[in-house]
Amino acid sequence: MDVKFVNPFISAITNVFETMLNTKVKVGKPILKTADLVSAEVSGIIGLSGDVQGCVVLSFPGDVACKVASAFAGVDLTTDHPDFTDAVGELANMVAGNAKKDFDGYNTSISLPSVIIGPGHTVSQSKSSPFLVIPCDTDLGVFNVEVAILTSKKPVQQPVAGAVS
Amino acid sequence: MKILLVDDSRTIRNIQKNTLKTLGHTEVLEAADGLEALVCLGDNKDVELVLVDWNMPNMDGLTLVTKIRETDKALPLIMVTTEAEKSRVLQAVKAGVNNYVVKPFTAETLSEKIAQTMTKVAAPAEAEA
Repeated sequence: MDVKFVNPFISAITNVFETMLNTKVKVGKPILKTADLVSAEVSGIIGLSGDVQGCVVLSFPGDVACKVASAFAGVDLTTDHPDFTDAVGELANMVAGNAKKDFDGYNTSISLPSVIIGPGHTVSQSKSSPFLVIPCDTDLGVFNVEVAILTSKKPVQQPVAGAVS
Repeated sequence: MKILLVDDSRTIRNIQKNTLKTLGHTEVLEAADGLEALVCLGDNKDVELVLVDWNMPNMDGLTLVTKIRETDKALPLIMVTTEAEKSRVLQAVKAGVNNYVVKPFTAETLSEKIAQTMTKVAAPAEAEA
């Protein structure tokens, strides 16, 4: 995965959490996902398509997911609440949408969100596009943002003002 | 003022509803996609403002805006979406939105954009009077 796609996600995570949850995020050093990484209980997933393909996963321990979803929605949410998956999915949507605006020159679309709930699950990765894990630490708890991206074309160069062709 | 919120996320509709409530707007209708919104607008001719998300199932926000503008050029429409690229904003403006809010948004931003939109929409009407 091209590292130039990592910074947009770091900016997006901090922006979304600060704006919508009034919560600061300490972002750790991104690492490649390995089999021994702690599995999640709640995952919000967004697919990317177009010039940039892949997916983004917000991966939470159960208690952290409840605190995050509650802070976002402004009401107490537990995993069995009908609005819980909606809140987690919308957060994933905001992070992915906010990141893709910084994919300069790439035309990218995002999917509608999916949410998986269940202890000890993992979102598997392909060999051609391994997940990069961005560890996040907040007052609400720790969670990971997993990003797997492939690009199918070079970015479209924007014309430089004043350039003569 | 009757306002229609169109977003497939109930969480976002609730956040918007709370902001509107603080602004004194309590007559709020909700739709989870473009199709529901069209039905709602058909049943409620007195809606004065629509906040519309872009990415939704069944009918997306851009299609909804285009459909509304086929019959109503005046209804104020604000797109509230994660789609932040300039090309998308231009696409939405071309389709007929009056204003654009990028998610994530603060309550202040949403309030400002609503006030800005309603002022802009009212200005030509006042000039004609």
